[in-house]
Amino acid sequence: MKDVRLLTEMFIPGALVGPFTQAHPGLGGVCTFVGEVRGGEGQDAKDDWGVEALELSHYEPLTLPTMETLADSAIERFDLMGLLMVHRVGKMRVGEPIVCVSAAARHRRGAIDAVDFCMDHLKAAAWFWKREKRADGWHWIEPRSDDYADLARWSE
Amino acid sequence: MAVKIIFLGPLRDMAGMDSTQVEAPLDWARLLKAVGEDIAAQLQEERVNIACGGRVLSDKTELQASDGDEVALLPPVSGG
Repeated sequence: MKDVRLLTEMFIPGALVGPFTQAHPGLGGVCTFVGEVRGGEGQDAKDDWGVEALELSHYEPLTLPTMETLADSAIERFDLMGLLMVHRVGKMRVGEPIVCVSAAARHRRGAIDAVDFCMDHLKAAAWFWKREKRADGWHWIEPRSDDYADLARWSE
Repeated sequence: MAVKIIFLGPLRDMAGMDSTQVEAPLDWARLLKAVGEDIAAQLQEERVNIACGGRVLSDKTELQASDGDEVALLPPVSGG
């Protein structure tokens, strides 16, 4: 089962992952990743300091079709029984989930790698634009070079 | 009829609007003139893409937009 969604409202990952897991009797493993809006406390997280809100924008004609294509390639590449891929758009507050990817497979390695693969592509190659609100206003977030390096791991 | 140009991400702030309409047809040279100097400079960077009619162009300089097309200007993404 492939379930790919763009959501404009806050979601509870567990409420989606539970039924998704139930829908795949006979699976060997489920791996789930949930990304949340980082609060940025402490001096180590200098870049994140003071984030009050985050906004993700997308481009309707491209964003969802690209996620569908990504899901299809993950299902094929990792021989998945099912894949859940949910991404928020719009304004979010600290602690709210942004993204949830869950993969069901007969064996653990496929499930774990599929989630890793999907997240690297969602970070660096899906049509989303992120900006953060700090005390002095909104700031667009540039992709980091680490994101591209992570993505490059999957090209053959 | 016209071509609709959509500004995405930081380009939206730079343009000061979400979208604009220009007369068709629209090619690469006319697009650069239509969007103003700052955005034209961005478009010439390799990491900025262009989509026409919901398809990302492999070579943006070959843009050929006609009546009713939507041309989206796509700066580098940051999702997840």
